[in-house]
Amino acid sequence: MDPMYFFELFLGGLTRGSIYALIALGYTMVYGIIQLINFAHGEIYMIGAMTALIIASVLGMWGWNTAVIVILAFVFAIVYSCAYGFTVEKIAYKPLRNAPRLSALISAIGMSLFLQNYVMLAQTPDYLPFKSLIPDFKFWEPFAHIITSVEITIIITTVIVMILLGLLIKFTRIGKAMRATAQDKVMAALLGINVNNVISATFVVGSATAAIGGVLIACHVGQINFYIGFLAGLKAFIAAVLGGIGSIPGAVLGSLVLGISESFFTGYFWSEYEDVFAFTILVVILIFRPSGILGRHDAQKV
Amino acid sequence: MKTFFKCLTVGVLSMMLFAAPGFASDTIKVANAGALSGDLAPYGISALRGVEMAVEDINEKGGILGKKVELMLGDDVCKPEVAVNVATKLVSDGAQMVVGHVCSGATIAANKIYKDADIILISGSATNDDLTMSGDHPNFFRTIANDGAQATLMTSFAKNDLKIKKVALIHDKGDYGKGQMELAKIAFEHMGDVEIVLFEGVTTGAVDYTAIVQKIKRSDADLVMWGGYHSDASKIIQLMKKKRVDTLFMGADGIYGDNLPNLAGEFAEGVYATGPNDTSSNPMHQALTKEHQEKYGEDPGTFFFTGYTCMQSLAVAAEKAGTVEYDAMRAAMFEITVDSPMGPIGFDENGDIVGAGFSVYRVTDGKYQQVN
Repeated sequence: MDPMYFFELFLGGLTRGSIYALIALGYTMVYGIIQLINFAHGEIYMIGAMTALIIASVLGMWGWNTAVIVILAFVFAIVYSCAYGFTVEKIAYKPLRNAPRLSALISAIGMSLFLQNYVMLAQTPDYLPFKSLIPDFKFWEPFAHIITSVEITIIITTVIVMILLGLLIKFTRIGKAMRATAQDKVMAALLGINVNNVISATFVVGSATAAIGGVLIACHVGQINFYIGFLAGLKAFIAAVLGGIGSIPGAVLGSLVLGISESFFTGYFWSEYEDVFAFTILVVILIFRPSGILGRHDAQKV
Repeated sequence: MKTFFKCLTVGVLSMMLFAAPGFASDTIKVANAGALSGDLAPYGISALRGVEMAVEDINEKGGILGKKVELMLGDDVCKPEVAVNVATKLVSDGAQMVVGHVCSGATIAANKIYKDADIILISGSATNDDLTMSGDHPNFFRTIANDGAQATLMTSFAKNDLKIKKVALIHDKGDYGKGQMELAKIAFEHMGDVEIVLFEGVTTGAVDYTAIVQKIKRSDADLVMWGGYHSDASKIIQLMKKKRVDTLFMGADGIYGDNLPNLAGEFAEGVYATGPNDTSSNPMHQALTKEHQEKYGEDPGTFFFTGYTCMQSLAVAAEKAGTVEYDAMRAAMFEITVDSPMGPIGFDENGDIVGAGFSVYRVTDGKYQQVN
């Protein structure tokens, strides 16, 4: 057991887990509030990355300052993704709010396929090079190969987003309204909360974190296409279920557990079965703790 | 009873409607199948352009056996399951010969259909050994050397020119990539002196490849040999460069062409790849390159010339056989010599090309340059 190698794999897993966490937050918040798995969420992440690519290349062509490009790329990615998240909810889920849950689920899958194909036709099915927005610093030697500046940015950004989100939910009016709506939609509405606005706000916040994840992962791997949302979305969904869907700390914990264990599995065993492994943990956890690591099993109301 | 006759009439009429084009054929229908969309489209489109240009040239000279060639298209996105549907459709639409498919996995899957329909299939890019060596695909020919030849070149170049001692073999778990690395493994074991420190597959399209990069670094390999296509290779190369892992990187024709340097940018510098021989001194090659530049405003892609040669070979074989019937065509394929842009080529008893091979290239200043 080489401690250095262990540490390297741990950091790699932390990066991967952080990306999962940024996406998983959207799944878990939406589930928490309307008990719907928003399968189009991975595509929102992809749209965030796509928008950043377009903005960065256009501004780069006009010769704008790098720092301005970075900020604008992030801002536009977030704004665009939020707009998509908001619209998706209005078109595909709101009309089905009182329909059986299965209808909304199918609507979500349909939305996911629609967005993928829409971006494929509007942009291109090919992989596009994504020039990293975050400068690549050279670390001093023993650490040079352990971690890159992009990975550090990913981890720090995730921590900041978690804290901001925690504060939003705990201390703001909209956060309180979200918690109330999650607990009981009808009662919240009777007490004067505009439930529709609260649900829209949840989608917007979830989309914003997914967009940040999208831009960061594009910087990390240096390329994107219309399909990146599928696998990332699926893994983040596993992570959210693993942590206990509906719970925000659960989503973060589940993501980190999944990311780090995948990294160790690849590092110490075979990368061939990385995905098989991810799904195996999911099955095992669901057998022994059906509500996930931090999820609470609340009794069905009759 | 009346309804029954109505149904019958409609049925018979519609059957006649669909059958009609099959009877009235004064053209020879050749299909081109391969990835025309999706992330592997650059390969499929370069091959298609070659086929199209060859069809134009053949038709200008009066076609095959006095009949014009009609080109049909099929897009399989390089997915085996789609390829089978595409093949079924092309066969039912009356294709008499097929050029394609582009990816080995798709070709193997689709050829079941062509074989049963007695149709000659010729590919300019499917390099998997099984296609010619296993004997399961008697109707298959190709105008590109097989993976075995490529593996021999890659491994001997790695050992003799790069002087490596330890190698990591990484693949994408696909028919093409994994098959290639298995051949490389056999070749290395056969040569001796080179230790295989890692043999692993990665998930294509994964969010992150950090763990495998760390593993490569820890394995202390001198060279990473990659079996697969450019999109995943580009992610691994970039991560390795960003993490200052200065292991050499080498791939096969799956990463050869402009796609990898375009995608990986500056990170692609120093990457080795094997690709079809450089035959740019051939006059036909030069004329076609010029024609391509005039028509599309860019240089020909990876499989343009092999695609062109596929179509040429079919035309030459049909002329020699005097018919497009399967048995005569197949027999003729083994006897012909084609004056192609890759030089004079023919086919051996397995259907593999004779007279063309692979060279090693290295990315220098954002372009692949020949090194041996």
